[in-house]
Amino acid sequence: MTEAPSKPTSGSFPTTRAEGCPFDPAVGYTELREKDPIARVECPAGIDAWLVTRYDDVRTVLSSPGLSSAVPVMGHANSEVDLTQAGTPGSIIQSDGEAHSRLRRLLTSEFTVKRIQALRPYIQQLIDDHIDAMLASDEPADLVRDFALPIPSLVICELLGVAYEDRDQFQRQSAILTSVDVAPEVSAQANGEIQQFVAQLVVSKMQAPTDDLISRLITRANESGQPLSVQELVVLALSLLVAGHETTANMIALSTVALLRNPDQLEELRANPDLVPSAVEEMLRYLSVVQFGLFRAITEDIPLGDETLRAGEWLVTSLASGNRDTSVFPDADSLDLKRKASAHLAFGYGAHQCLGQQLARVELQQVFSTLFTRIPTLRLAVPFEDLKFKDNTLVYGVRSLPVAWDART
Amino acid sequence: MRVSIDEDGCVGAGQCVLAAPDVFDQRDEDGIVVLLDKEPGEHLHEATREAALLCPALVIHLAE
Repeated sequence: MTEAPSKPTSGSFPTTRAEGCPFDPAVGYTELREKDPIARVECPAGIDAWLVTRYDDVRTVLSSPGLSSAVPVMGHANSEVDLTQAGTPGSIIQSDGEAHSRLRRLLTSEFTVKRIQALRPYIQQLIDDHIDAMLASDEPADLVRDFALPIPSLVICELLGVAYEDRDQFQRQSAILTSVDVAPEVSAQANGEIQQFVAQLVVSKMQAPTDDLISRLITRANESGQPLSVQELVVLALSLLVAGHETTANMIALSTVALLRNPDQLEELRANPDLVPSAVEEMLRYLSVVQFGLFRAITEDIPLGDETLRAGEWLVTSLASGNRDTSVFPDADSLDLKRKASAHLAFGYGAHQCLGQQLARVELQQVFSTLFTRIPTLRLAVPFEDLKFKDNTLVYGVRSLPVAWDART
Repeated sequence: MRVSIDEDGCVGAGQCVLAAPDVFDQRDEDGIVVLLDKEPGEHLHEATREAALLCPALVIHLAE
């Protein structure tokens, strides 16, 4: 029996942002939302996929049964990815159903609202220390290198229980891993080293548990009667590192650029510190750094609007596009820190919605309650047009951010 | 307004606790939702509706 073919592709997956508009999603999404919200497109990886671009449809489809996340994360956007590869064992990101729930339930207690609130003083201290160091230094400052990257990395170190004396090494390696400007062999070496580092960390926590996430995770899994293997623990720890480091780091730096480019909004924020929580939600919405959306395999037919997404087909939901849907966020292409944006899709939706979202929120809230207060004259040290953005990576951001300020007189 | 929750489907994202901390909490041991107030007073209705809207697992049900 032959299935009726799905509707033909209508174009290519949007990948290019308009010149001079680094905060807006790739060109093409506005038209897709209006004219072809459940589209078939050709993806950079050479496959055809459904592309869902409206807010309501993104939410509906991401909470439908019949989707599998056990696929490469950038399977649609990167032609070098092997799509026959299933999910990695132990990966909370690339697992489904029971296997996913089990891993997630082993971790959720570490990321509750209460638990993350308790990290605020630690995070604030890190922020203050890094600002002090920037202010004291005679070197030109790069806000990515000196502030945005190290803070979330050190927070992850604290969570995972990395020894203080190892944190510099851990940070250096994870900075290389997140860089797009290093040679592939340098990146591969850093990747190998960090895997080994995390494996040693896991083994040391198995032998001598301390008061940290990995130790508690080992105990919890043992008590559940289904212990986690070293391999599973390494994959989990690495996914927490990757998910918690680069995303937040890029949000810190990119939000800073967006505020500097929207001085009226920055003034509002300075004048009204109570605005910080809603400002953070709005920056998450406006910038949507998971730039290529979420890639899924369809395992059971899903009716959506006038279409049926069929088992065996691929699906991409565009979080960035959904977040610019004017039916939900009026004047969606403007940054409006007073907007009620908390229902944004920046953390995804459905059972896989970001586990670390409360941590990301608290980090961003502390950063934006502090940065422009401590350094009121903070500004770009290069013309805006010279900034380079990460157009090909899973997480969008600015590559480096040279900044300057007026010396205190 | 009556609130009910489906604990089994909860994914512990914490959105409900942020939106309506007087109505929802999370268990310390596994982050799963705890319903603090099954019949929240009128001053909490808006926040409770917000929590139901934000829940990524659609496990908060409201009868109004």
